[in-house]
Amino acid sequence: MLIRRPPDLLPSEITPEPLARGRRALLKGLGAGAALAGLGLPQISQAGSLGTLRPSPLSSDEKLTPLKSVTGYNNFYEFGTDKEDPARHAPGRLKTQPWTVTVEGEIKRPRTFSIDDLLKLAPLEERIYRMRCVEGWSMVIPWVGFPLAELIRQVEPNGQARFVEFVTLADPQQMPGVRSPLLDWPYVEGLRLDEAQHPLTLLAVGLYGEVLPAQNGAPIRLVVPWKYGFKSAKSIVRIRFVREQPRSTWMKAGPSEYGFYSNVNPAVDHPRWSQATERRIGEFIKRKTLPFNGYADQVAGLYSGMDLRRFF
Amino acid sequence: MTFQPTPRQLTAIKAALFLLTLLPALHYAHGLWSDSLGANPIEALTRGMGIWTLNFLFLTLCVSPLRKLSGWHWLLRLRRMLGLTAFAYGCLHLLTYLWLDQFWDVDAIARDIWKRPFITVGATAFLLMLPLALTSSHAAIRSLGGKRWQSLHRAVYAVAILGVVHYLWLVKRVALLDPIIYALVLAILLGWRVVERIRLNGPWPTRSTPPAVQPVVFMKRDAAAALGVPKKR
Ligand code: HEM
Repeated sequence: MLIRRPPDLLPSEITPEPLARGRRALLKGLGAGAALAGLGLPQISQAGSLGTLRPSPLSSDEKLTPLKSVTGYNNFYEFGTDKEDPARHAPGRLKTQPWTVTVEGEIKRPRTFSIDDLLKLAPLEERIYRMRCVEGWSMVIPWVGFPLAELIRQVEPNGQARFVEFVTLADPQQMPGVRSPLLDWPYVEGLRLDEAQHPLTLLAVGLYGEVLPAQNGAPIRLVVPWKYGFKSAKSIVRIRFVREQPRSTWMKAGPSEYGFYSNVNPAVDHPRWSQATERRIGEFIKRKTLPFNGYADQVAGLYSGMDLRRFF
Repeated sequence: MTFQPTPRQLTAIKAALFLLTLLPALHYAHGLWSDSLGANPIEALTRGMGIWTLNFLFLTLCVSPLRKLSGWHWLLRLRRMLGLTAFAYGCLHLLTYLWLDQFWDVDAIARDIWKRPFITVGATAFLLMLPLALTSSHAAIRSLGGKRWQSLHRAVYAVAILGVVHYLWLVKRVALLDPIIYALVLAILLGWRVVERIRLNGPWPTRSTPPAVQPVVFMKRDAAAALGVPKKR
């Protein structure tokens, strides 16, 4: 089979450049981190490096968003509604050890994984992905993780499994935001099984070569780069294989605003704002938003024949 | 105890207030300069100018109740500056939107105003502010006449209500707390006026005397000042 590679994907057989570049940016980022520490602001956890990572041909070669922005500008409503709240409140409050992820439902081998099991489940790769938030901004983030498909292979879905539901932590002791009655906690997201098995779909355990900072969804989160950022659930505690399409938290909150698929689509506006353009964090002029966030070559086939205006 | 500043003191108070009204703008200007507005400075700027438009609008609406409660009638002399400051922040807010958010893309802006209720409401609020800012001078008060000027400037209530609706509408559900607090404060500010009116004139249906005697007196005094008539102290 001929796999067409979009122009921004580097052939890793030739050079592990994305990784090297990630490292350089990391050093720069750490410089910024040190400056932050001087100001008494929270910085990336000390838990440390994730060792040698495999570069990936699926990585983008775009300029990375600085670590300071990736870890300082987050939507993680369990820790507050301002973009700066997660960085203020999550480190130090979110306990990521011990941590387990229960995998259950329509599978042959249900199992509860410890975070250490998950770190050893498959070789860790660096994946540099674009991330497009539904609010109209974007970043380029060097994630560290492994394909969700690897986990799915190990638990063996039975013939009934059609969707995968991700349930995330909702502990009022650690997460002040979940006392808010305005969203239905715990935060739940879902994918169709074939979306979950797609090679781009990642379970991330780190970024910039380091363990995932609390505010980015430690210790383990989903990354689905062709969908709006809110689909990539953070701090996952349960993965359920189900027959029916799950109702996600945002679908319950605003069915007309947030659909199940939520693929990045410049042609379908959010009811309250346009999705045609985006501001890449750190840039002045807005960019045009690309269908499927620029991953159309890899994923458009998943939706052939579907009316993407109806299934938004 | 009622405090009544001398003309010189009043000038000093006005100068101090003017400097205070510049502070939010200076804060954001410095933030842009020193890159300390976070990862998305343009969003922070747009939102900052929006919230300070509303803040100054609310401060403007505080003048009448404060004057009534404290007996400091001279507070009225600060109201125009507060109102014009709200308008100035409104202009900056609109400018950040037109320039930094839309880059003067006329098509996109027209579509936005037409399609997005929260933008439509904000634009309506801004349009309503325009005539109020344009008729803020003593000369305008004089040529309109106190009463007509006053009924025109009641539009400020609509501006405040539309501003809060704009705010409520644009935030995500989880972030509703702040705009709800603004809505409650506005309810108090407007509710106070309703209660005052009823107290002065009786309930609406039985009202027979012309309303709002007090404010008209003050309009006259302001107009007199504009005409250069020296005031008794
Ligand atoms: C043509 C007129 C206007 C336009 C196009 C406009 C547009 C906007 C936009 C795009 C935002 C940011 C939304 C976001 O970041 O998600 C915003 C926020 C805001 N605007 Fe406006 N606006 C207008 C007029 C006004 C007026 C007249 C007021 C006040 C009376 C106002 C008050 C606010 C407030 C309070 C916010 C939210 C600030 C925050 O989140 O802290 N806007 N507006």
